Amino acid sequence: MLIEKSILEAKRQLGERIFQIKLFSPRIAKLAKPGQFCNIKVSESDFPLLRRPFSISNVEGDSIYFLFDIHGEGTKILSEKSLGDELDILGPLGNGFNYDGDYSTAIIVAGGLGSAPFPFLTSKLDKKKVVSFVGARNSSLVLTEDLLNVQAATDDGSLGFKGTVVELLTDYVEKNNLTSFRIFSCGPNPMLKALQQICIERNYDCQISIECAMACGFGICQGCPVETTNGEGYKLVCKDGPVFEAKEVKL
Amino acid sequence: MSKIDLSVNIGSLKLKNPVLLASGTVGYGNEISQLTDISKLGGIVTKSLSLKPRKGNPPQRIVETPSGMLNAIGLANVGVEVFIKEKIPFLKELNTTLICNIAASSIEEYVECVKILTSEETIQAFEINVSCPNVREGGLIFGNDLSSVGRITEQVRAATNKPIIIKLSPNVPKIADFAEIVKKEGGDAVSAINTLVGASFDIYTRKPKIKNVTGGLSGPAIKPVAIAKVLEIKRNVDIPIIGLGGIMNWKDAAEFMIVGASAIQVGTANFINPNAGNEIVDGLEEFCSQQKIIKLSEMIGSYQI
Repeated sequence: MLIEKSILEAKRQLGERIFQIKLFSPRIAKLAKPGQFCNIKVSESDFPLLRRPFSISNVEGDSIYFLFDIHGEGTKILSEKSLGDELDILGPLGNGFNYDGDYSTAIIVAGGLGSAPFPFLTSKLDKKKVVSFVGARNSSLVLTEDLLNVQAATDDGSLGFKGTVVELLTDYVEKNNLTSFRIFSCGPNPMLKALQQICIERNYDCQISIECAMACGFGICQGCPVETTNGEGYKLVCKDGPVFEAKEVKL
Repeated sequence: MSKIDLSVNIGSLKLKNPVLLASGTVGYGNEISQLTDISKLGGIVTKSLSLKPRKGNPPQRIVETPSGMLNAIGLANVGVEVFIKEKIPFLKELNTTLICNIAASSIEEYVECVKILTSEETIQAFEINVSCPNVREGGLIFGNDLSSVGRITEQVRAATNKPIIIKLSPNVPKIADFAEIVKKEGGDAVSAINTLVGASFDIYTRKPKIKNVTGGLSGPAIKPVAIAKVLEIKRNVDIPIIGLGGIMNWKDAAEFMIVGASAIQVGTANFINPNAGNEIVDGLEEFCSQQKIIKLSEMIGSYQI
């Protein structure tokens, strides 16, 4: 991990409140692994005081991509940045997805902005069959760019299957009699909880990337605990995660 | 520039410069050392240690507030035994002054921790946390009570020859009274201030934003309070003060020294800029050079009122 002053190279609006930004950040780009995140200072002043954590969405040469929605003051300021502006970025942070192994199908399960880390992961899965289940409340919030073999699910049925990505996943596994696969997931907590329950019941191999409010992002503030299932107390989302085995943590 | 003497004394404890990193914002040094040069600092104060490990409070533990943050970590720490076995070997190599912060639920536990740790050569001083706002036992129950602070100081004093710094709570009517009793019972210095008790609620769910309901407020929001408390102690009690509370840059550090701090601690700033301590050392040196100050310690308590 390191701090790199990074220039905003491109900004795209993907939805009413959803943005993709591309930053020239060669040192972080070189170190980054899928599933890791960066902690970004969105202003030069003390407002907002803390950095904001974002998944690394993709890496392309010397550049890194982030995907975010306007959620509060910090993300609003970030969305208003102009090309050429410099941002202070701390990263790459945390442990990413573990995608090594001899499973044959990689299944991505993403909800809403939980799609963010998967373009990068997908780019590393060239030896696997990749299937992506992407869900959101409605069609305008489904983010599928740079993902492979996408099947969408929406709560209101405005795109793809009317229902949840967890239903899509279980259906797919059963219909295809899949046995050799690994699930990689990121999304809102209720979705992750539902997925976690299924994976524990059926003994599916599954990694989840979880979100938590944090201050430092590298383990010194102890502000982002997640309880472990083995009774040994808490792990830190920033340093021990943000990716965990689904059965390892209580959501 | 190199002719300026940045060293300061906290009683018998000599620091190469007044910039310390505050307890709870630097862990045990290993993570932050990847992002800053710890050897350049006056020292670091390690995360509060208790006799046995503490797993800390359930989430959510932190929330950002205007120019600050609330935390209720609940003194999550590895305990004295693991600290000695797993953390001291790394800390030994850091080439900076190591101050060990102790938090406990009883006077006996403070004494026991200090007794065990005092033989560790790497530890040069103890900072006794009597003012954590986020644990039920110990913490503010001690920190808000003059006689408890007196007894803790007295008994910890009897357990070690190393310098003892008592970290004081700002959540009291008259902080100088606490500094006075620390001095009377043989404490070497006080750290002022710990966090202020605060709370923040979500207006839609009507629930507190942190699980513990209240937390400790830190960051730039509390700096004026901290400056007033340091000044209050300086004007009333003759004891070295380590000033902290919202220090983000060298100007803040200089302000604390002018009102009476012999050294300062950088806390919340480390979460945002892990190199803040180093930048403050450079900034203070440059300020001295501009102001024709040869010894930085001349600045301590040099306020003009």
